[in-house]
Amino acid sequence: MNMVDLTINDKKIIVPAGSTILEAAQSAGILIPTLCYHKHLSPYGGCRLCIVEVEGIPRLVASCTTPVAEGMVVRTDSEQIRRNRKTIVELILSNHPNDCMVCEQNGRCKLQDLAYEFGLKEIRFQGEKSHYEIENRNPMIERDYNKCILCGRCVRMCDEVQGVGAVDFSKRGFQAKIATAYDGVLDCEFCGNCIGACPVGALTGKPSRFKGRSWEARKVRTICNYCGCGCSLILHAKGQDVIRVTQVEDDNCVNQGFMCVKGKFGFEYINHKDRLKTPLIRKNGTFVEASWDEALETVVDNLARIRKEYGNNSIGGLCSAKCTNEENYLFQKFMRTVIGTNNVDHCARY
Amino acid sequence: MTNSISEFEHSNAYFVIGSNMTEAHPIIALRLKRGARYNGAKLVVADPREITLTKYATLWLRHKPGTDAALINGLMHVIIEEGLEDKAFIEDRTENITALKKVLKKYTPAFTEKITGVPQDKIIEAARIIGTEDKVAFFYAMGITQHVMGTENVMDVANLAMLTGNVGRPSTGVNPLRGQSNVQGACDMGGLFNYYPGYQRVDLEENWKKFSESWGCDTLSRDAGLPATAMINAAVEGTIKALYVMGENPMMSDPDIGHTEKGFKNLDFLVVQDIFMTETAAMADVILPATTYAEKDGTFTNSERRVQLLRQVIDPVGKSRVDWKIIMDLSTRMGRPMTYQNTAEIMDEIASVTPIYGGISHERLEKKGLQWPCPDKNHPGTPYLHKDKFSRGKGFFYPVDYHPPAELPDPEYPFLLTTGRMLSHYHTGTMTRRSKGLNEICPEGFMEIHPKDAGSLDIEDGEMVRVSSRRGTITVKAWVTRKVPPQVVYMNFHFAESAANRLTIAALDPMSGIAEAKVCAVRIEKLQLQETAV
Repeated sequence: MNMVDLTINDKKIIVPAGSTILEAAQSAGILIPTLCYHKHLSPYGGCRLCIVEVEGIPRLVASCTTPVAEGMVVRTDSEQIRRNRKTIVELILSNHPNDCMVCEQNGRCKLQDLAYEFGLKEIRFQGEKSHYEIENRNPMIERDYNKCILCGRCVRMCDEVQGVGAVDFSKRGFQAKIATAYDGVLDCEFCGNCIGACPVGALTGKPSRFKGRSWEARKVRTICNYCGCGCSLILHAKGQDVIRVTQVEDDNCVNQGFMCVKGKFGFEYINHKDRLKTPLIRKNGTFVEASWDEALETVVDNLARIRKEYGNNSIGGLCSAKCTNEENYLFQKFMRTVIGTNNVDHCARY
Repeated sequence: MTNSISEFEHSNAYFVIGSNMTEAHPIIALRLKRGARYNGAKLVVADPREITLTKYATLWLRHKPGTDAALINGLMHVIIEEGLEDKAFIEDRTENITALKKVLKKYTPAFTEKITGVPQDKIIEAARIIGTEDKVAFFYAMGITQHVMGTENVMDVANLAMLTGNVGRPSTGVNPLRGQSNVQGACDMGGLFNYYPGYQRVDLEENWKKFSESWGCDTLSRDAGLPATAMINAAVEGTIKALYVMGENPMMSDPDIGHTEKGFKNLDFLVVQDIFMTETAAMADVILPATTYAEKDGTFTNSERRVQLLRQVIDPVGKSRVDWKIIMDLSTRMGRPMTYQNTAEIMDEIASVTPIYGGISHERLEKKGLQWPCPDKNHPGTPYLHKDKFSRGKGFFYPVDYHPPAELPDPEYPFLLTTGRMLSHYHTGTMTRRSKGLNEICPEGFMEIHPKDAGSLDIEDGEMVRVSSRRGTITVKAWVTRKVPPQVVYMNFHFAESAANRLTIAALDPMSGIAEAKVCAVRIEKLQLQETAV
């Protein structure tokens, strides 16, 4: 692989040819703020926050779209760059609703973080504001384009990763807006990857709205319980309620942080009112609530009676493709050692 | 899967047969879509239905349901005819090619077209792609396995992969997509009638001795166990008297539910351990409330054999208990105390008796999962199998000759019903139908029917129809669509009100005991006015 030497903030860096300045900086641990860059998507150069100075180039360049060159000397943090970045954030905020206090993204919003970083107490620019109707005539995704910063991450995610292309840029200039075909109701696979890609609160998952703030939730990394892909995801729980699922950001997972509709939105069954919460025993044809002791003793008595009367092989067990390895191991061990039969199987064939 | 999910973005070609992966395995499908769209990989999709993946396909082979082996044989015939097979691989790493060639002889493109309905030129084009591209990955799922020749279909995919030298290298391989979060693990753990953990056969004396000793038990059965389908038959016949069902819903997922119901009703005792009052739990004598994955820790093993850690997020709801603790309690009460302190300790025992899991411990899984075989603590895991040799040494070509499904349409039941899963729902619907948004996307079952057939039966889109097979009758909404070919109808099996498995047939593949849920014959009738008015 061809390697390129360059200097960023006086630091000598060697990266593969074809890398962008942004990638080179990231590989050296130098942070450059961005809003439209996404590591799995094509570079876009829309937000201009990642601007840097390159010696020999008179203007500031977007580091996410500029490839490195041999001997390049780059500065990422000069006063001029900071001033420009601050102005960019102010311009974005000049057409952004100031409703962080009720925004779902509060506490994990990239725009909010930047406003904080630049200490923006007020916005110098006053002007027209967008007034879009909130789009929520679909089961999963609420789209509030008043908050949209037109970074295009949702558009690229939907096209480049999901291969669906349900949304794209429409119109131009101040009227520019992300829209579905003919600006109609969102009709897509509802993978929710656009929500994960949205740096602000323009796209939110309907099942999670107003269930809890970001900082109130315990966030636990685990493995999805649906198909056999084995995706890593992060469950957010407030108290004893699972309220949201988000993507993992690192690459130590099979799904690279991408999700599908079930993984992203299929969590409400966990705290559903129908959950079985107490053992039940059938008495005279109807189920009666029982203690664990009573229920387990009923099982033990009946299994022992049937085994004695009809033999070990008169009992069968079905373990579960939804239970853990440890549980399936114990289940078959129970059937083989306690009951004394090889009649154990599960629905691997369905 | 012989290979790993991350490898597939770099394959040169894919052959996908009987897998609706954008709906049933969406995240694996992302890799294929990206490979096909951005890396120039050629995607060959074989499916009777116009599944979403066909949109991205270089070539779509629309074969008739149940003719998979004929199609694969036809591809192999062309590959051999045109000298595209990997001669070095066949010579060095396989045996029995002569027997395979003998069977393939009759599968000329013309003969194959007659059986499968796929035009000859497409068969030839697909064979050339598979035969000439460097790294070809093969994918299948229940679409080829739920047939009376399910096992043979799988063997035939393996034949095709070996014939073209696409085994034992990255981005290739024979890749069955596992449908459930831990169906791979449940098999690995010996949740099978014929295997102890790690696919150690129960009928080998040395294994019996090994497990008798490890488990300190001198009463391990030497009798062959029954697969699930046979257990149901035995319950109907009265030889199985009691069933202990943990987290399964056969009253929805089994083919020919009417038969399953008979079996369950005939039981002396049924205990069901589950999270909801499923159709199966409703028939139980005792129900033990268990927990969801959010309430437990432990491990799942995914489709690429990767063992990964689950982490507990919330406490068990109500008085429910995690499954492993329930089993421990039962075992202890029945005279064999189980005293594991945590799931990590159970995994340590698994590792000690299961060679393919020998090096796996929760501690090692903390950062990233490990792919078995992982025989010892220093082994990095195995991203792809059969690198230098197959587990049996040489790869064996098992010649497969096509034979038709057990029940094909006839004048009385003139349509072919095939079944499957959809994106927004999962298996028997117990979880997804209780997730509001998912249920809103698709609140009820439907039957896909071709406009031509709908027209001849005077059925309009969205109309309720009666569908009957020799096993049962349901009513379901018709969706008039060209996704299915004429004479074929399709249903998902997620919906209890219109349970597709009331209709399906429990004809079994003699080798694996899998039922032919993908092909049966049905009759479709328009409901009379007074029936729809109710």
